[in-house]
Amino acid sequence: MNIKTHDTTDTLVIAGKSYRSRLLTGTGKYKDLDETRRATLAAGAEIVTAAIRRVNLGQDPNAPNLLDALPPGEFTLLPNTAGCYNAVDAVRTCRLARELLDGHTLIKLEVLGDERTLFPDVVETLKAAEQLVADGFDVMVYTSDDPILAKKLEHIGCVAIMPLAAPIGSGLGIQNKYNLLEIVENAKVPVIVDAGVGTASDAAIAMELGCDGVLMNTAIAGAKDPVLMAHAMKLAVEAGHAAFRAGRIPRKRFASASSPIDGTIG
Amino acid sequence: MPCSLGETHENGLKPDTCRYNGRMHITLNGHPQDCADDLTVTQLLNEAGYAGRRVAVEVNHEIVPRSQHSAYALRNGDKVEIVHAIGGG
Repeated sequence: MNIKTHDTTDTLVIAGKSYRSRLLTGTGKYKDLDETRRATLAAGAEIVTAAIRRVNLGQDPNAPNLLDALPPGEFTLLPNTAGCYNAVDAVRTCRLARELLDGHTLIKLEVLGDERTLFPDVVETLKAAEQLVADGFDVMVYTSDDPILAKKLEHIGCVAIMPLAAPIGSGLGIQNKYNLLEIVENAKVPVIVDAGVGTASDAAIAMELGCDGVLMNTAIAGAKDPVLMAHAMKLAVEAGHAAFRAGRIPRKRFASASSPIDGTIG
Repeated sequence: MPCSLGETHENGLKPDTCRYNGRMHITLNGHPQDCADDLTVTQLLNEAGYAGRRVAVEVNHEIVPRSQHSAYALRNGDKVEIVHAIGGG
């Protein structure tokens, strides 16, 4: 018997490139680079985010760095604009990333509003997205869970819309199912939940809603056993996506027997 | 290799490694530095220990492509940024 549980054509396509994994992972907050690599491999992630920062002058320049642990030949690096609070800084950071990675154009745009919520500043995000798309970048954009804004970002030319499910690093899980659903149903580019996932079931819920992928960092790196949690997240994303494709049963208020009524004794 | 970083950097670059009298002032990753006139980006990277490492360089908010590092001479007052990739979400 041949049960088709895996469709090899069912891939995540971003900016024309296909990925088998729908779990994208961050590389921050790990104990060391060895743990970063082991967790990334356990997650099966192909796209990994990175931050662009000043080198620490005076420290050993030959100390192992992120790109030694996760070489660009093995993973698709997704430089982010984390820490940017305006469009100017975000665009500048992306240009540095492109130079750093030899013309690499895929970037994660995030322009934050304030330090307390880390919610996106959507006005600056729109501004930066317009400039970056015009400058030839493939922009995956972190945004609020606003369906109207998601549409606008898609119209600007962003290659993936990445709404938050809850605040960055909060682990609160999917707080906004219906907003996400609205974004997913109206999008013609991949929708990837970025931020808010706390545990495996959260990732599964995002995928069951029809999201194309999930991006997470803290939920894995902050777990007691990050490598094991990375594995759990991989399974959850796969399970949630399979369930979405399989088509769940409708919710009903009353019971529906699983065994036939005909032929019961008595 | 000439060294032109004439001030003690708070992150540890030492003045006693310098053989040139600083004649030019630049700002390197947010910190003031003295350096030799006409220091090129390549020479600066050599001195900082980042020769051949994967870094990106910006001078006065403009990218200096890797192919131009050896020809690009810094000028007094330049604001130089040297960045790399680190872990982030």
